Amino acid sequence: MGERVFKQHEQERHGTTDTEAEIQPRDHDPIKSDLDSILDQIDEVLEENAEEFVRSYVQKGGQ
Amino acid sequence: MATPKVCGIETEYGILLSGAEVDPITASSLIVSAYKDSSWAFASFDASHETPSRDARGVNLDDYLDPVIDSKMINTVLSNGSRYYVDHAHPEYSSPECATIRDAVLFDVAGEFILRESMNKANERLPQGVRIDLYKNNSDGKGNSYGCHENYLVDRQLPFAKLAAFITTHFVTRQVFCGSGKVGHETPTGVVDQSGFQISQRSDFFEELVGLETTMKRPIVNTRDEPHCDAQKYRRLHVIVGDANMSQFATYLKLGSTALVLSMIEDGVFPQHLLIAHPVHAIKQISRDVTMSEQVLMADGSRMTALAIQSELCAAVRGYVESSAYCGLTNDEALDVLLNWEQTLLDLSTQPQSLVKKIDWIAKLQLIDGTRKRHSLSDSDSRLKAIDLMYHSLDPKVCLATKLNLMNMFDEKAIADAAQQPPDTTRAFFRGRVVDKWFDHIVNANWDSIVFDVANRPLQKVYMNEPLKGTRELTESIINSSTSVDELLALLGQQDLPSSTL
Repeated sequence: MGERVFKQHEQERHGTTDTEAEIQPRDHDPIKSDLDSILDQIDEVLEENAEEFVRSYVQKGGQ
Repeated sequence: MATPKVCGIETEYGILLSGAEVDPITASSLIVSAYKDSSWAFASFDASHETPSRDARGVNLDDYLDPVIDSKMINTVLSNGSRYYVDHAHPEYSSPECATIRDAVLFDVAGEFILRESMNKANERLPQGVRIDLYKNNSDGKGNSYGCHENYLVDRQLPFAKLAAFITTHFVTRQVFCGSGKVGHETPTGVVDQSGFQISQRSDFFEELVGLETTMKRPIVNTRDEPHCDAQKYRRLHVIVGDANMSQFATYLKLGSTALVLSMIEDGVFPQHLLIAHPVHAIKQISRDVTMSEQVLMADGSRMTALAIQSELCAAVRGYVESSAYCGLTNDEALDVLLNWEQTLLDLSTQPQSLVKKIDWIAKLQLIDGTRKRHSLSDSDSRLKAIDLMYHSLDPKVCLATKLNLMNMFDEKAIADAAQQPPDTTRAFFRGRVVDKWFDHIVNANWDSIVFDVANRPLQKVYMNEPLKGTRELTESIINSSTSVDELLALLGQQDLPSSTL
């Protein structure tokens, strides 16, 4: 299996996310604002790695 | 009268190792042993008397099948009364038995804490570039499923066929509030379609109505007859049809509603018109309809939506709870479950979006839909499946359920405490506390007994056949005042508590 899928992006994200969240204007709908912020984070992580991650996620069947 | 609904959840976690080629059994062993090697108390679990092949319908397949559990694998009892081990190439946590729904949710969440601690400790030891990640889900999207099983104490007097016939309606329809959501459709032999979203992780994998299997031809109602307590009085209904929930609220509703429906059946009440004609078909039909508008065929020839079936079932349970002296839970907890169940069904029919912090499949669907629309992705884009998987990660930096800030029932301290201390009101209290205090004198422990090694005496086995004994109230002062296992055993005798009824 390959390198850990999220590693690089996680490090990048940790340096920036909090600051970014602070300077973003407050949306009137807190749920929508939450969602947009999470979608931004998903975008950062998944841009390049999604396909490899999904392919590598193979489990033995259990109960 | 209903049997007290002692319950618990056992979860097989998904495990992903990156940076090296290691088989999942070894990786799972690394996870469990990382926790075992830390400072927490544990004792060996004795699985030698387990009979997972004993069938509630009266057939025993033990002579024909290998034991499911390899007792040579790492297999421990922790100081919170839980069992933590490797099963079927997955790390598995079986919560201690709990007497309240709230406790059962707490100790399920404590399992997440324990697995996360194990993951962190294991990763500290692994070489750079190698890492293990854990996921609290039930499917890899490629036709492989692993379970999240609930267990409920039920009355042995209740004929199993009647129990199975009635509880099926709830098992098929409850997914509208306790499904965890999934991208794609599978069968137990592989992928059917990598696009589309469905309500449940597990529904694709059910091929039979009633049966003993858990790893193939999975039945909606499992017949494993292994009560782990007084078999003359009790059954342990082993429920394999559920999804693992990230939402504590969803776990609460799943356990609470199921406990109350079971009690109602025990007390001879069930609305017969709610029997479903083809449950194995209906469970998939309901899972694949996120609009919740499709009607399933009922046994009486009528057609109902899952929400309509749930609403009528919930109303029947309210009538039952209000008219019965005892419903298997305390009255306060039963009413709280009912209020939340009713409100959730109402919200599902009128404003499902309002449940984004409570119901897993709705929370996950908004992330999938949001990303798909934002980038105009095709339904089969890998990013959507990746979001599905990331929702269940135990790494808080990756876990999308964590980022969504789902409604919590417990604070961090309560969860950390429950990872180390047992529940007060079942025999798990005695198990957890003696494991904590005398782990070096315990040869092994299991759900209904503990074997002590005491100097100059034969091994001493303490039986725990009653799930509601061995509580804090009954045993704490004995455990605290004993300075040795000898004293403990002597005091248990003096209390006039025959060991078989502890």
